[in-house]
Amino acid sequence: MNITTLVFILLSVLAVGSAIMMITSKSPVNSVLWLIVVFFTISGHYILLNAQFLAIVNIIVYAGAIMVLFLFVVMLMNLNKETEPVKNYRLQLIGIVAGGALLLLIISAIMKIDAQQLVQMKVGDEGLIKSLGMNLFKNYVLPFEISSVLFLSAIIGAVVIGKKD
Amino acid sequence: MDIKAYIALSLTLFTIGIIGVLVRRNAIIIFMCVELMLNAVNLLLVGFSKMHALSPIAKASLTYASDAQIFVFFIMVVAAAEVSVGLAIIVMMYRNVHTVDVNFLNRLKN
Repeated sequence: MNITTLVFILLSVLAVGSAIMMITSKSPVNSVLWLIVVFFTISGHYILLNAQFLAIVNIIVYAGAIMVLFLFVVMLMNLNKETEPVKNYRLQLIGIVAGGALLLLIISAIMKIDAQQLVQMKVGDEGLIKSLGMNLFKNYVLPFEISSVLFLSAIIGAVVIGKKD
Repeated sequence: MDIKAYIALSLTLFTIGIIGVLVRRNAIIIFMCVELMLNAVNLLLVGFSKMHALSPIAKASLTYASDAQIFVFFIMVVAAAEVSVGLAIIVMMYRNVHTVDVNFLNRLKN
């Protein structure tokens, strides 16, 4: 077992464990913090795949902007205490069984495949900023510009929805 | 590393997100589970992009190996816009009904 496999297993265990902690922790603030841990481990996976631009963007956008927004909202609402009043254990069990059945089904279907497709690890330049930028501004200029319109509408929508009437 | 390991990992994360959406009642945590599912899909897309980079088709065809990573970038853009609008909706809902429990949101029915 080489070091790449070891790092992959470590990051995967950390990601899955933090995700489970995220959906099981009582306080929403703890959930937000565990989700930030998941995002950092996914950024570690991107670095392992040599997708450096996406690793940095993942940390900046998700852990830096989106999760801070979540934390602000949680603290504005003062949800730090236990705020789940009614518990329906039957529905929870049904949800866990449904999700686990989906997981088992697809994983057993995947493990039946005999062909081995390797993934390029640690090398390759298609995840670097240069090649991504060349591709983005050569072939994907129009979606890039349209996404700015999407952001403008999101800003206007957030202001219109959030303002007191 | 085999691609199956990446499929299994991102599928596990996606399923944890699904279970969170089904089980939890807090609207903010449901929203965070949606973000987790988006991230699982992003990880799988990057894994497939690196798998494509290793194949001989990547050098012969016109498509770039970094197309999937551009797609991940756009998913992040859409997720950021979605989070701002969604959190605004949750804040407005909290101001009206003073809770974020999704069980109290069945008033649209009647």
